[in-house]
Amino acid sequence: MPVIEAHGVGHRYVDRVVLAGVDVRLEERRVGIVGANGSGKSTFARMLNGLVLPTEGRVSVDGLDTRREGRAVRRRVGFCFTDPDAQIVMPTVAEDLAFGLRRRGLSRAEVRERVHRALAAHDLAGHADHPAHLLSGGQKQLLALASVLVTEPDVLVMDEPTTLLDLRHARRVSRVVEGLPQQVVLVTHHLDLLDGFDRVLVFDEGRIVLDDVPAVAVPYYRKLMA
Amino acid sequence: MTALGLYRPGTSPLHRAPGGLKLAVLLLAGVGAVLLHRPWQVLVALAAVVLGYAVAGLSPRVALGQLRPLAWLGAVTAVFQLVVSGWERAVVVVGVLAALVLLAALVTLTTRTTELVDAVVACCRPLRRLGVDAERVGLVLALGVRCVPVVVTLAGEVRDAQRARGLAASPRAFAVPLIVRSLRHADALGDALAARGVDD
Repeated sequence: MPVIEAHGVGHRYVDRVVLAGVDVRLEERRVGIVGANGSGKSTFARMLNGLVLPTEGRVSVDGLDTRREGRAVRRRVGFCFTDPDAQIVMPTVAEDLAFGLRRRGLSRAEVRERVHRALAAHDLAGHADHPAHLLSGGQKQLLALASVLVTEPDVLVMDEPTTLLDLRHARRVSRVVEGLPQQVVLVTHHLDLLDGFDRVLVFDEGRIVLDDVPAVAVPYYRKLMA
Repeated sequence: MTALGLYRPGTSPLHRAPGGLKLAVLLLAGVGAVLLHRPWQVLVALAAVVLGYAVAGLSPRVALGQLRPLAWLGAVTAVFQLVVSGWERAVVVVGVLAALVLLAALVTLTTRTTELVDAVVACCRPLRRLGVDAERVGLVLALGVRCVPVVVTLAGEVRDAQRARGLAASPRAFAVPLIVRSLRHADALGDALAARGVDD
């Protein structure tokens, strides 16, 4: 598994401290992140592929610094957002799947092949030429996830991917995530998604207040939020 | 969303024609339209475009759907031309407008956005020496097409929220949240593009 490291990481937006003193090394296959709104968990997740750069300290993935080697980091770390509408950038399903591949300079034949496989793998085969905006919310999130996975990242960071989904589609996304060979870092409010995870970080007021297995971290977080 | 001219899959000769060729025809038609001065010429042009819809296997309903957003503009222009220049001029102006909109929609209905983007990128490549980023121009075009239905959806949600709160139709109460939500969407889209390595 890739190794994600944060050394003395802090972040502030103008005067507001969002993260402070985060030191962590993540090398497990499944890592969950929980915390209240505004606890800094999403900011931390965004740091993992260089979307947000720390104002203090450094973040690296397999030794690649997110500040100096952002491009290489983004090639290794895929990111899935909460709102699928904001991450689907092309008008049709197949075109969105092809978007990331085309930008990586793959041949047309290879792009076609990988898109075809992704459509089949995510039950989108019948929707290849459909306008993406006409898909249901759950299908959009599956497309957004497929569009990230089709580029075959080593790490998948997901920021509350099931928050806007109904139970059925949330379970579907969860099943997809379960079957992935990649390292997954999942930020979520749906604590049942963390069953079977190797490790859970609990964020509170910009700090990691607990770092343990789900059996310990989830009850702790429930108590913290009570 | 048919009215927005989004791609309709098909296997017609028009679907199979290269995107660059279709864009070139559209460009030539736009330039050539200034040569149309008589109603019969405009009617021939309209008939040719309608024939294109038939060749592409698109129904008359789809064709009419492309003109719907133009209805008010067409009506105002027709009345103005009728009063100022007479019926012949009104037919020519409104007819040319309709023919060009129908033709542009025919191009987008029969061409994948990726193909159009590739054609635009290829056209822009010689401009690299002037500092034009051809790939970025293509991306902007693709995002423009993608964002139209998003903004339409946002507008619908804002209108529904207004109705749910019992607010009367107020342009300000409609425009402000629509602009704020559109900007928020643009911000999130920017993050998504960055996450997918667009700026690299």
